[in-house]
Amino acid sequence: MTEALTELGTVLAAGRSDAVLDTEVTKTGELVVHVSSASLPDFVEYIKTESNARFSTLVDITAVDYPGRDKRFEVVYHFLSMYTNQRIRVKAAVHVDEVVPSITSVHPSADWFEREVFDMYGIMFSGHPDLRRLLTDYGFRGYPLRKDFPTTGYTELRYDEVEKRVVYEPVSLVQEYRQFDFMSPWEGAEYILPGDEKKEEAAK
Amino acid sequence: MMDGTFNDAQVGEQRIRNFNINFGPQHPAAHGVLRLVLELDGEIVERCDPHVGLLHRGTEKLMESRTYLQNLPYFDRLDYVAPMNQEHAWCLAIEKLTGVEVPRRASLIRVLFSEIGRILNHLMNVTTQAMDVGALTPPLWGFEEREKLMIFYERACGARLHAAYFRPGGVHQDLPQDLIDDIGAWATAFPAILKDIENLLTENRIFKQRNVDIAVVSEQEALDWGFSGVMVRGSGMAWDLRRAQPYECYDEMDFQIPVGTIGDCYDRYLCRMQEMLESIKIIHQCIDKLNAEGPGDVLARGKITPPKRAEMKTSMEALIHHFKLYTEGFHVPEGEVYACVEAPKGEFGVFLVSDGSNKPYKAKIRAPGYLHLAAMDHIAKGHQLADVAAIIGTLDIVFGEIDR
Repeated sequence: MTEALTELGTVLAAGRSDAVLDTEVTKTGELVVHVSSASLPDFVEYIKTESNARFSTLVDITAVDYPGRDKRFEVVYHFLSMYTNQRIRVKAAVHVDEVVPSITSVHPSADWFEREVFDMYGIMFSGHPDLRRLLTDYGFRGYPLRKDFPTTGYTELRYDEVEKRVVYEPVSLVQEYRQFDFMSPWEGAEYILPGDEKKEEAAK
Repeated sequence: MMDGTFNDAQVGEQRIRNFNINFGPQHPAAHGVLRLVLELDGEIVERCDPHVGLLHRGTEKLMESRTYLQNLPYFDRLDYVAPMNQEHAWCLAIEKLTGVEVPRRASLIRVLFSEIGRILNHLMNVTTQAMDVGALTPPLWGFEEREKLMIFYERACGARLHAAYFRPGGVHQDLPQDLIDDIGAWATAFPAILKDIENLLTENRIFKQRNVDIAVVSEQEALDWGFSGVMVRGSGMAWDLRRAQPYECYDEMDFQIPVGTIGDCYDRYLCRMQEMLESIKIIHQCIDKLNAEGPGDVLARGKITPPKRAEMKTSMEALIHHFKLYTEGFHVPEGEVYACVEAPKGEFGVFLVSDGSNKPYKAKIRAPGYLHLAAMDHIAKGHQLADVAAIIGTLDIVFGEIDR
């Protein structure tokens, strides 16, 4: 299985050498292809039609936020081939203000997925027919799945008996949102004891 | 709605505009909190814009701040019609990354309860869809059986709905022998009841009028719109993850994959009815295997599962391990994995990104109903308004998993 996937990875990389940056097969036996974001629609079209692959079903589109990286987001596509019974994961690193070309023209089912990624991460897709927010409230602001968005959010709503309507208010918590750090002190945070840094300097 | 002003009957031509209708979110046929904005031309649906997210709870965000084990119950709350199938995907993802082998007995129990979940789901879907098109008795009969199945859930794990029974590395508790016997007895009796429901529906004139040739999905459409589960099988493709990419011990089970011919609502109804009978077959095989192979451990003992209770009474290490497991939680090695199961509604998958800590860095839930509802506009276009209820029924939509 792994050899077949490695081989498929090389074939795809050779077929679109300008698009593919890297291919790998993970320890769990999944084929991952890193591509440049600009070449996404072309590459997706290619793996859909290429006779060895035929990844004709779009399984999922999502993004992962890595605030520490230069290219902050990673847009992740999953495809399935019902013909060869294989799966592939296509990844593209994306800058915060970069616009990703939409793949709705290749896979109509990408419509809602891209809307959701836009809704949750604020990544824009060019060429999408209807890029509205999908899951969040009407008039919602912010991108909830970004790592810098607080889990509690910024606004809360309640029914106001006086105004006879639902009102939005800034979140006020009676108690701080509890985030327990149960990590073991040996494995978790790096506690630097005063004076320890001298030891490293001495080693040099 | 007419616009413009009509002063008198002398005006020869009237401007006619399409009628916009708001379907839901409180409509009984909307199967939850679906709001559809329908643009109608007379009775014909021109455009259908589903507004989802009314049940959005931010599961994926919440999961990032909880440990792997604490996240498990969230999966019951996704597709709450068949809770254990969702947990299964989460457990498989963790097991893939940690490389844990599930004990044989746990594997059989998982398959047994996954199939019970499938029957739970199909009973719900088939009968409520029948209710949407005008039948009242099927849901009453179907829910009676669902009640019995939920009692099996309760006897296995203590909860009727939100089970939290599948755990990474196995299942939480072993099944008592009399429960296995009772499930066997139920599975023997169930086909007769299913036959009763079938007698009400399959050749029913009204049911056929409302379902035959409605929402026809061709093979190409099913691929384009990323359908899975009954939505592709109804269109004639024998695609089932249990067979195509077997997980757990499905590869040794003997069952058929029913497929439809033209892919309309009626075909999908027939597929679901037949799938329930196939599930019964698998349940019988699981029970036979469980009885033949006798007792065994149901959890892979190791870092990600708790120690045995008796061991905790005598071993200090076991006690420490138990404490650490339920406070800090276990660590999952760094990596990414996509794990999926054939949930009753289709392919339910979890994309898990782990950074090596005790909490997932990112977890994306891929729900089958999400894609099915996304194709709603495509499917409903050109149908009558009354068919919309039948289409929602056949898409098998549950908002827990779509809105997440």
